[in-house]
Amino acid sequence: MGELFRELFSYSFISRALIVGILVALCAALLGVSLVLKRYSMIGDGLSHVGFGALSVAMAMNVAPLAVSVPVVVIAAFLLLRISESSKIKGDAAIALIASSALAIGVIVTSLTTGMNTDVYGYMFGSILAMSGGDVVLSVALSAVVLLLFVCFYNKIFAVTFDEAFAQATGTNAKLYNMLIAFLTAITIVVGMRIMGAMLISSLIIFPALTSMRVCRSFKGVVVTSAAVSVVCFFAGIVGSFAFSTPAGASVVVANIAVFACFWLAGLARSRFGKA
Amino acid sequence: MALISCKNVTMGYENQLAVEDVSFDIEDGDYVCIVGENGSGKSTLLKGLLGLLKPRAGEIAFGDGLKQNMIGYLPQQTIVQRDFPASVWEVVLSGCLNRRGMRPFYSPAERRIASANIEKLSIGGLVKKSYRDLSGGQQQRVLLARALCATEKLLLLDEPVTGLDPVVTSELYALIRQLNREGVTIVMVSHDINCSVHYAGKILHMDTGVLFYGPSEKYLESDVCRRLLGGDAHG
Repeated sequence: MGELFRELFSYSFISRALIVGILVALCAALLGVSLVLKRYSMIGDGLSHVGFGALSVAMAMNVAPLAVSVPVVVIAAFLLLRISESSKIKGDAAIALIASSALAIGVIVTSLTTGMNTDVYGYMFGSILAMSGGDVVLSVALSAVVLLLFVCFYNKIFAVTFDEAFAQATGTNAKLYNMLIAFLTAITIVVGMRIMGAMLISSLIIFPALTSMRVCRSFKGVVVTSAAVSVVCFFAGIVGSFAFSTPAGASVVVANIAVFACFWLAGLARSRFGKA
Repeated sequence: MALISCKNVTMGYENQLAVEDVSFDIEDGDYVCIVGENGSGKSTLLKGLLGLLKPRAGEIAFGDGLKQNMIGYLPQQTIVQRDFPASVWEVVLSGCLNRRGMRPFYSPAERRIASANIEKLSIGGLVKKSYRDLSGGQQQRVLLARALCATEKLLLLDEPVTGLDPVVTSELYALIRQLNREGVTIVMVSHDINCSVHYAGKILHMDTGVLFYGPSEKYLESDVCRRLLGGDAHG
């Protein structure tokens, strides 16, 4: 085991992926609690597809991928939020529409320019090699911003998540905080997408929240547990990916599935055998 | 000056008017029930009082130093809330949010307010429980405690007894009357005309406009009320 870890950390690209990945896993887990409880899980999925489209276009035009995808995905986040809030359009259908459109455009742009190669495979399912030194600095800075804002507005985010009408009536600008959550989610997704892959990044948002909700009874408990679960699963996934030569993103998701199953059984056992 | 004063208030959504030319005053210490059929504008008027929807015309003014964000509100429960993993303490404390402004965390004074309201509604035994594990009546008490954290003067309740069984319903009505006697002004939207007339001091009967506004005893003698209760008996 010790041998494995020594070998693991001897590769600088793995250390980079771990630093960025753990921070992203942390952000995604915190935001995920709010998104899942507000029934906005689909927004995460939709945004990652938009991110894929933006990334493909950026690569085709030979510009820095983060510089293009951050603004595009942030704009998409606000758009998706508005669609979800308005009751007239069927929100989930509209999100699916936007997601598949972005995916299709991304695939076409790529196949017309560079062709479908390993790069595209990397965007879709993630690559542990994706992070350069400059990416790490930018990603760490973005994650720090997300974490800081989340902690500062924790109580407001709770109030808006639990009861938007009450929060609004007592003078909290619920729309602003919804936008804040969407904005932070967009940044987290763009940063995490390159390691986890566009198809799998939304699992980082949804799994930890659902996992901790099997067992925890308070909001703070759910938030802290999902953060812990998310970081542990990410680490386990990367180690597993290294040990068994499996794709990084998929390995992290499998680790999440395993932990979810354990928590689910624990929750089931507790509700069966009395409320201790 | 009255606690709330509505003058010729007109409200609506897109090209539909929900509330038209409504004027009334609510005094400090009143217990007002807003009744009316579905689509009569009750909930829209409540949104206006809460500042969630701006009136198209007319004016809603607060007196006695009441501020817009110092209103306690008991909304109808949403699906999101029923299985929400939050402790009772977290929910009640979130009622103090309007006292904090931009400060990120709650102060000891705010925690004391939350504790006091938990005691007042006798839900002390539930503090550590999860909101989703409570019964419907207990959940309403928790939300009422949260609303009291936000206000000392005015509670707005939106059909608070929906889905509760008769025993819990009458307990909740008794609790609300008790709060009113302690000096909290109550404005309640309700479907339940019989209980409204029984508990409330004043009735506001709406059908886009105001059909009746006055003391409950007078309401019982009015034509509007007779038509409605008569309709109930036949229906």
